[in-house]
Amino acid sequence: MEWTDSAAAEAARNGNQHAFRVLVERHSHSVFRLAFRMTGNEQDAEDLVQETFLRAFKQLQRFDGRAAFGTWLYRICANCSLDWIRARKSRREQQTSSDDESLNWLDRVATPEPSPERLTESGQIAELLEPALKRLSEMERTAFVLRHYEGCDIEEIARALGVQTNAAKHSVFRAVQKLRRAMKPAWGVAQ
Amino acid sequence: MSLHFTEEQLLDAYYDDSVPGLRAHLTTCSECQSSFDRLRDVLDSARDYPVPQRGPGYGGEVWTRVLPHLPLAKSRNRWLRWWMLAPALATLVLIAFIGGMFTQRQRQLAAISTTARERVLLIAMSEHLDRSQIMLTELINATPSTIDLADQRSRARELLNENRLLRQTAVRAGDRQDAMLLDELERVLLDVANSPSNIAPDDLQALQNRIESEGLLFKVRITSTDIRQKGQKL
Repeated sequence: MEWTDSAAAEAARNGNQHAFRVLVERHSHSVFRLAFRMTGNEQDAEDLVQETFLRAFKQLQRFDGRAAFGTWLYRICANCSLDWIRARKSRREQQTSSDDESLNWLDRVATPEPSPERLTESGQIAELLEPALKRLSEMERTAFVLRHYEGCDIEEIARALGVQTNAAKHSVFRAVQKLRRAMKPAWGVAQ
Repeated sequence: MSLHFTEEQLLDAYYDDSVPGLRAHLTTCSECQSSFDRLRDVLDSARDYPVPQRGPGYGGEVWTRVLPHLPLAKSRNRWLRWWMLAPALATLVLIAFIGGMFTQRQRQLAAISTTARERVLLIAMSEHLDRSQIMLTELINATPSTIDLADQRSRARELLNENRLLRQTAVRAGDRQDAMLLDELERVLLDVANSPSNIAPDDLQALQNRIESEGLLFKVRITSTDIRQKGQKL
């Protein structure tokens, strides 16, 4: 018997740990992807995955089943990520700029010796993309990641961020404009 | 058409292709088509954002990390620690009390205490498996018209509590085989405990297939027999 998300959430709400385990195992990959795209750092993403599920467990009573469980979980992960980004900003203000290098996701995920093809084909774009993402506001980055990488529609993003749909839509638009400007060098003068 | 689409509309079109009239307009307006192509190129290239891969067992790894922090697990662990420590403390007090009198007798008492605890555990495990076996047999032989799952659900809930405790004990004792069996059994008990009373024929069939395909009843039967024999030898 395969648990549906809503049935498992209901059972977990009634104290059934196995049901919560089903949800954790089912959604861990997607939560990790979102957390990584939000933070750009593998270890931080792992911490966020754990924090997301712990918050979800504590807030299960608030899950009313109107939204899909995955969307609800995204909302929690997005909020955890926003908290993380704010905390990181605060930490950065107190640290030397050399710490920034250790947070660079390229250092963490790139292979030690990338091929020349990779460097020429995607290296420049990746090098431009990551700092550009970091320069977005928390709201813009979250909205863009949810829209662009997670395929959420504007209403889902608005619910995740707790804002009106117009605000969510505008955040995505602003993010795209900033990214286009930042990535201009990769596309030449035509952009 | 002299009017052009805005950047925001082009962005909407990139993501959900639902802007009325845009597709038709692009075929006739080279300016909008060019803007759309540039936007698409940049956004497509931004998809090249490498995310480290996680293996198929990643969900289980996350669960292992999350479990100790769950409120329920914490309270249960505390209770288990108390439960595990109580006999040990009692034994220590007893040993301290008589230790000064008869050293030889102290060793004998400790040995008896350990044996007695092991025997109690074996009896509890054997009884638990016997009762689980009865329930599994009823489920395997049931047809939708003959079974009212209300009784099984209630028994499954009782068995679950015992099962969790025994599984934890087996894990702590390093008895991997018993722990694995109890883990398998726990999943089935959970499904039964959470099934509706008037279970659908397909769901009952799925449950029966699962019990049979995993050879669960057979494993429970064998383990129960082994444990009973072991208990008799003690």
